[in-house]
Order: sequence, then structure tokens, then C-alpha cells
Amino acid sequence: MNVILDFIAALGRAALNLVRTAGALALFGLAGLSHLVRPPFYWRIFLGSLVEIGFFSLPVVALTALFSGGVIALQSYTGFAQYHVQSAIAGIVVLSVTRELGPVLAGLMVAGRVGAAMAAEIGTMRVTDQVDALTTLSTNPVKYLVTPRLLAGTLALPFLVLVADILGVLGGFTVSVVKLDFSAPAYIAATLATVKPIDITVGLAKAAVFGFLIALMGCYHGYHSRGGAEGVGAATTSAVVGASILLLAFDYLLTDVFFSQ
Amino acid sequence: MTDATPKIRIRGLTKSFGPKRVLDGIDLDVMPGTSCVVIGGSGSGKSVLLRCILGLIAPDSGSIEIDGVDILTLPPRRREGAIEKIGMLFQNGALFDSLSVWENVAFGLMAAGRRHGARMARAEARAHAGQVLEQVGLDPSVGALYPSELSGGMQKRVGLARAIASQPDILFFDEPTTGLDPIMGAVIDGLIVDCVRRLGSTAIAITHDMASAQRIGDRAAMLYQGKLIWQGAASALLDSGNPMVDQFTHGRREGPISMELRR
Ligand SMILES: Nc1ncnc2c1ncn2[C@@H]1O[C@H](COP(=O)(O)OP(=O)(O)OP(=O)(O)O)[C@@H](O)[C@H]1O
Ligand SMILES: [Mg+2]
Repeated sequence: MNVILDFIAALGRAALNLVRTAGALALFGLAGLSHLVRPPFYWRIFLGSLVEIGFFSLPVVALTALFSGGVIALQSYTGFAQYHVQSAIAGIVVLSVTRELGPVLAGLMVAGRVGAAMAAEIGTMRVTDQVDALTTLSTNPVKYLVTPRLLAGTLALPFLVLVADILGVLGGFTVSVVKLDFSAPAYIAATLATVKPIDITVGLAKAAVFGFLIALMGCYHGYHSRGGAEGVGAATTSAVVGASILLLAFDYLLTDVFFSQ
Repeated sequence: MTDATPKIRIRGLTKSFGPKRVLDGIDLDVMPGTSCVVIGGSGSGKSVLLRCILGLIAPDSGSIEIDGVDILTLPPRRREGAIEKIGMLFQNGALFDSLSVWENVAFGLMAAGRRHGARMARAEARAHAGQVLEQVGLDPSVGALYPSELSGGMQKRVGLARAIASQPDILFFDEPTTGLDPIMGAVIDGLIVDCVRRLGSTAIAITHDMASAQRIGDRAAMLYQGKLIWQGAASALLDSGNPMVDQFTHGRREGPISMELRR
């Protein structure tokens, strides 16, 4: 009997913790956003983060997209060859890349790269009193550290995903034409015939949400880290894991909202 | 006492972390243009006291008045304005390591959120930072370096330069001379005294160095077990008549204070 009660109590505690964290995250995000409309805005930090996320993530996102597009083409070829519907491959590639793989894979890559870096940077500032020093120098730390990063994440990820879309389709195209001997014009025609603007725009909208979430998790965990280098390490891990899980959960929600009618 | 309100007036300040009561009813007055040194054992809550005044830690109870206004009850914006008058040298420097030395020193001057005084343009702020660096005994060319390229003592001096750059009304120094050689320590002490005398600033300094305490302070107070157990003239530190202060200032192992080494 006691064992069961303990178990239920533990479950309840975990659930409460989850709700509390979710609430704290939401408040933190709102605080960060509220500074968008209250000047000053720290352009230097914003542009720095924008370049860091949007430009320096390009290689890793590009490679990921290129290979994923190629893999989709290969997989669907082996899967569908027996049904003689090879013409569908172009469509499968472009839809899976624009709707899902582009945003999700780019998001996960950026979560690992940028979310971790943000958590480590802000976390180090926290445990070495730099965040407190900001306050004593007439600077609101959330406005200075968090708001520009949230905006940069939200704007940079759609750009990365647009690149990922193009390169993913290119990957599928290359594999299909070079390895599977499809005709290039037919592949392109099939691609254009299948994809609709909404596939791309919804993918980009997802990307904006993912970018926000990644920056939010990086900033939140960094900002609340404590306890020296170890604490910063833990914050970095939490930021990446948390951002990845949130990202997949929101991917499901957004897909449900946009595509399930 | 009646002719001037204290610059800083603290009454009944308490703060606990979990079960541990770090500050247990602090009463302290610091008159305008004077400096007060706070001494006390490691972990006695000296840094926590300064952080409470700066609004970085919310105390559990008590009042903190600056220029007669209780900052704990002010709305956030006005409290930020009141706290902006305070320059702080953190115990570990807390320099922004992503910014160059001169940007660190001039950070408060260029801060867009600055309420008192006009915001400085970068070129002007850079020149000004050079002058302040010279005041703390550093070559202005150091301004181009990054904090990680400096020795510990140099970082301390940059932190000091950053604290005094905007010539604040109130200055807090958390162990300003720890980690400096004796001569530089004396130079920094002189600088602090100079700031207080010349700018008319009010200062609270934390130190473990009795010579330094007597050079900097007009008044002195000792923090022990959450309370200020002694306050008096800084010149009386070495013969205060209080057995605990005596033990502390003379560094005796035997006495009323037994260091809690076992925990
Ligand atoms: N944010 C915090 N959370 C929990 N405990 C804290 C926090 N800050 C300080 N403490 C505790 O409060 C006590 C006083 O710390 P404080 O930093 O004020 O000591 P100190 O007097 O400045 O010591 P030192 O001379 O070594 O700098 C310590 O026991 C410390 O563990
Ligand atoms: Mg301290």
C-alpha cells in the first residue's frame, strides 16, 4: 500500500515540477519578448547572434539537408520500385523535406550548436557574477542577454530552413538522376507539380517557432544556472535536451494544426 | 545625527538561505561622504549584505534606505534609478569576458538604459576609459586587451575602474585589494580614499586586510553570526576593547570566536 502511495506521490511531484518549469519558462519567454517593444534594443548583440546562428550554422545544416534528401530518394526508390511508381519519388522528396525534415533536422542541428553555446555563455556570465554586474551598470540583463537572442533565433532559423529545403531537394535530385537514372527535366517537373506554397510556408513558420524555442531554452537554462563550471555544464545539457524535446512536441502540434484538415 | 540623513540606512535586515540565517537583523548607517569598512570571517555574509543593498538578492525582512527612501518598497523602475547611483567592484571582478577592457570600463557610460547623465558616444567613452585606466595605474593601451589576457591583479584594477568610471554617488568594494601586491594594494586604497574625498562619494568596503581597513575607512563594523557585533571608528579597530574584534583583527586562534572548520 505504502509503495503505491509513494509511487503516486512521486508521480505527482514530477507532474508539479513539470508544470512549474513550464510556467517559469513561459514567464521568462514573455519577459524576454516584452523588452522587444521597450527600447533600448541591443543591435550589436542581435546582429552577433544572427550571424552566429544564421551564417555559421549553414555548413552543418546544408550537409544534413543534402544527405537527408538523398537518403529519402534512395529509400523511397527501394520501397516503391516494385509498384512501378518511381515518378512519385520527386514528390515524396520535396514534401518530406519542406514539411518535416528541413525544419526538424535544421532545428535539431541548431539546438545542438547554438542552444548549447547560448546556455554556456550566459551560464558562465551568471556564475561569474557578470549578469549581476550588468544590473549594477544600468543594464537590464534580460533585455541585454535574452531579447536579442530570442529575436535572432526566430529570424535565423526560417532562413536556414529555406536553404535546407533547396539543398534537400537537390540531394534527392542528384541521387535520382545520377544513381537511379531518372530524367532530370521530368524530376524537376514532378517536383514543381507536387509542392504547393503552403508546404514551404508552413515549414518556415515551424522553423520560426523552433528557432524561438531553441534560443529560449538556451537563455533560460544559462540564465538560471548556478554552482560553477559543473552547473554551466548541466545547463548546457538541459538546454539541448529540452530544446530537442520541445521542438519535436511542437512539431507534432503544428503539423496537427496545419495539415490534418 | 539630526542635521543629515544617512546616505545608507539599514534597519533589521534579515536574509536566510534555506535553514541558514546569513543576515540576522543588521542595523547600519553610513553618512554621506564617509566610508565604512565591513570586516568579518569568510562566509559571514559580507557579500550578501552588499548584494541585498544592490537589489541582487531580496532580503527576507528589514528596510534599506538610500537618501532617506526605502528602496525595497519602491516600484522596480524607481528602484533601478536609485541603485544606478551605486558603483560596485565585485569580489571576483566579474568583468565581461566577451568585451575588451575599455568596453568594460566604459560599459556604464555607454549603457543605453542610463538614467543619470547623458549617454556617451563610443569614441568619447573610449577616451574616458583610457583616463580611468590611468587612474588605477594601468596603461591606456591595456584597453584594447581582453580580460582573459590580464593578470588577476590587473583584472581587479579594471573592475575598480569600471566601478568608478561613472563617478557614482555610492561605491561598494568587495575585497578591493585581495590578490594585489602590497604596493598596488596601497595605491588602490589611496584611490578609494581619493574617490571618497574628491567626489564626495559614500563607500562601503569589505576587506580582510587591517592596514587597508584603517587606510580606507572612517568607520568600521564587524559582522559575526549574522549581526554587526561592533561598530566604531576605523582607527580603533586594533584596540576596540571588544574581545571578538580583537581576536579577529589580531588574527589569534584562541578567543571567543571558534572557527567552524568541521562541517
Ligand atoms: N545565492 C546563494 N544561495 C545560497 N547560499 C548563499 C548564496 N549566496 C551566499 N550564500 C551563503 O551565504 C553565506 C555568506 O556568503 P557571503 O558570500 O556573503 O560570504 P562573505 O562574508 O562575503 O565571505 P568571503 O569573505 O569569503 O567572501 C555563505 O555561507 C554562502 O554559502
Ligand atoms: Mg564575499
